[in-house]
Amino acid sequence: MVKALIGRKLGMTQVFADDGSVVPVTVIQAGPCVVTQVKVPERDGYSALQLGFGTKSEKKVNRPMKGHLDKVGKGYFQALREVRVDNVDEFEMGQVIGTDVFEIGDRVDVTGISKGKGFAGTIKRWGFSRGPETHGCKNIREPGSTGCATFPGRVIKGKKMAGQKGNKRVTTLNLKIVDVRPEENLLLIKGAVPGAKNGLVFIRKTNRVK
Amino acid sequence: MGFNMIQNIERDFMRVDIPAFRPGDTVKVHVKIREGDKERIQVFEGVVIRCNRGGIGATFTVRKMSYGVGVERIFPYHSPQIDRVEVVRRGRVRRSRLYYLRDRVGKAARIKERR
Repeated sequence: MVKALIGRKLGMTQVFADDGSVVPVTVIQAGPCVVTQVKVPERDGYSALQLGFGTKSEKKVNRPMKGHLDKVGKGYFQALREVRVDNVDEFEMGQVIGTDVFEIGDRVDVTGISKGKGFAGTIKRWGFSRGPETHGCKNIREPGSTGCATFPGRVIKGKKMAGQKGNKRVTTLNLKIVDVRPEENLLLIKGAVPGAKNGLVFIRKTNRVK
Repeated sequence: MGFNMIQNIERDFMRVDIPAFRPGDTVKVHVKIREGDKERIQVFEGVVIRCNRGGIGATFTVRKMSYGVGVERIFPYHSPQIDRVEVVRRGRVRRSRLYYLRDRVGKAARIKERR
């Protein structure tokens, strides 16, 4: 069984647990995903499944992709993702994988593209402290010193500075599945996941818990 | 489409059996309390000083005087912990947030009855 799906983040809400406590959840429309390619060690060097999710109009699919997806014959997909599996024998091209691969209580990692914040300063991007706003100070949002003096005579690599924040691949680890609704293809995952509403997310069984 | 699906999920958890009440009303909230594996009901009676709307996240605040000390409890409107809510008395107030009651005691904290 493969415990991975591509989905779309629909938004957040809250539900009540059995003991009456409030649980914040992210609603994800996950799957149904189609197996578009089965990768085997003999041919590809490793074993994996390629999953497709969503729809794309034929006009927007380029020719190499069209040739690839026509072999499956299940339409054209918005997104393709690969997931490693140990045993590929139980899968075949065109097989549909739905939300029912997950169970309530499973732990998952969710990968998405975080919301872009543009070019951000050090306070927003790294949580630096702000300087005083009064008493003649002019270093309100400055980053401060970036290093030492003559030795080493350069700024150390990886120094936290201003730059692009967000719009980056981010994975949130070890989230709990609160509810699975296979008839609507919905997953309710406790907590927040990266990305904006309608953003693509990739849900995978976590490797954090044995 | 996504919004509708979220609304459907929320609808599953929403309660329709809670009677309508407004800020200024006096209510009895019957709360389920778990002690070990036993469950009992505790009643919290007081004035509703705030109703916070917001679908499944809606809450209301009940204020009562307990042995001379003001006690406020915020209840999630749709919480399964609430057994039932009784409206004891309807009050006539002119604002939606009755925070001014916190500064008043005794006679000054009375609320006129709404007919």
